[in-house]
Amino acid sequence: MHIDPIHFTPWASLVGGLLIGLSASLYVVGLGRIAGIASIVGDTLRALLAGSLRGQAARVSFLFGMVVAPTVWILFRPLPPMTSVAGVVPLLAAGLLVGIGVRMGNGCTSGHGVCGLSRFSLRSLANVLAFMGAGVVAVYAIRHLL
Amino acid sequence: MIIAIALAAGLLFGIGLIAGGMTDPSKVQGFLDLFGTWDPSLAFVMGGAILVGVVGFAVARRRRVAWSGEPIDLPQGRTIDRRLLTGGLLFGVGWGIGGLCPGPALTALGAGFVPAFWFVAAMLIGMALHDRFLGSWLARRRE
Repeated sequence: MHIDPIHFTPWASLVGGLLIGLSASLYVVGLGRIAGIASIVGDTLRALLAGSLRGQAARVSFLFGMVVAPTVWILFRPLPPMTSVAGVVPLLAAGLLVGIGVRMGNGCTSGHGVCGLSRFSLRSLANVLAFMGAGVVAVYAIRHLL
Repeated sequence: MIIAIALAAGLLFGIGLIAGGMTDPSKVQGFLDLFGTWDPSLAFVMGGAILVGVVGFAVARRRRVAWSGEPIDLPQGRTIDRRLLTGGLLFGVGWGIGGLCPGPALTALGAGFVPAFWFVAAMLIGMALHDRFLGSWLARRRE
């Protein structure tokens, strides 16, 4: 292991993290719920498939905020680069795995990662170790074995 | 009130993801490439978020009701079972392949990043598949 000096952005990432923590805090103190994106998306989707978005105002507004964030960002500065690492077929496979996995495990990087670890939940820590471990193994296979 | 709080939280979250570098799949893969050329940045995103989150959740635990007037509803589950871990493993493999997780994928989609479109479409199908078939099948099998 050696650290990549070109791409390492400790300050920008720390500031980004503080904002995310602020958002999760605002969500729980303001609305009384966990800002877990997997659950927010999944529950909204479930309500949508059941035919009604009644009672989903908080979730829909939160998701809308996330999606328009880049539009607000570019009013002030250019967006940082986004570089894809996979073609369409692997992206579809990745999306399917993520969709199934986060519903099965009841959370993702935000729900178990940010919120769960902030609550010192062992259950969340177990999930985080599982997905971090699997992610490291998958990237090792993709970048160094295939 | 609910809409204003949720919208502000969503905006903050998305802006935090962009600032932190989470919306760039190559950066996410760089973070997971622990045994190659490792970019530790995303550990700073997680660390920063938890630093503030610990305070936020400590405040939430002391309150019964949120600003919106609704009860504060924190998860009570403590069981660490095969389902929690298998879900985490599947999610992790997908995260590694695509360099995207649910939040950043939505924000990247809002930036017009085409790969996020394919990812989100498949993710929604995966969620629906799980909820409709897999979840109930797994529950039945356990009985």
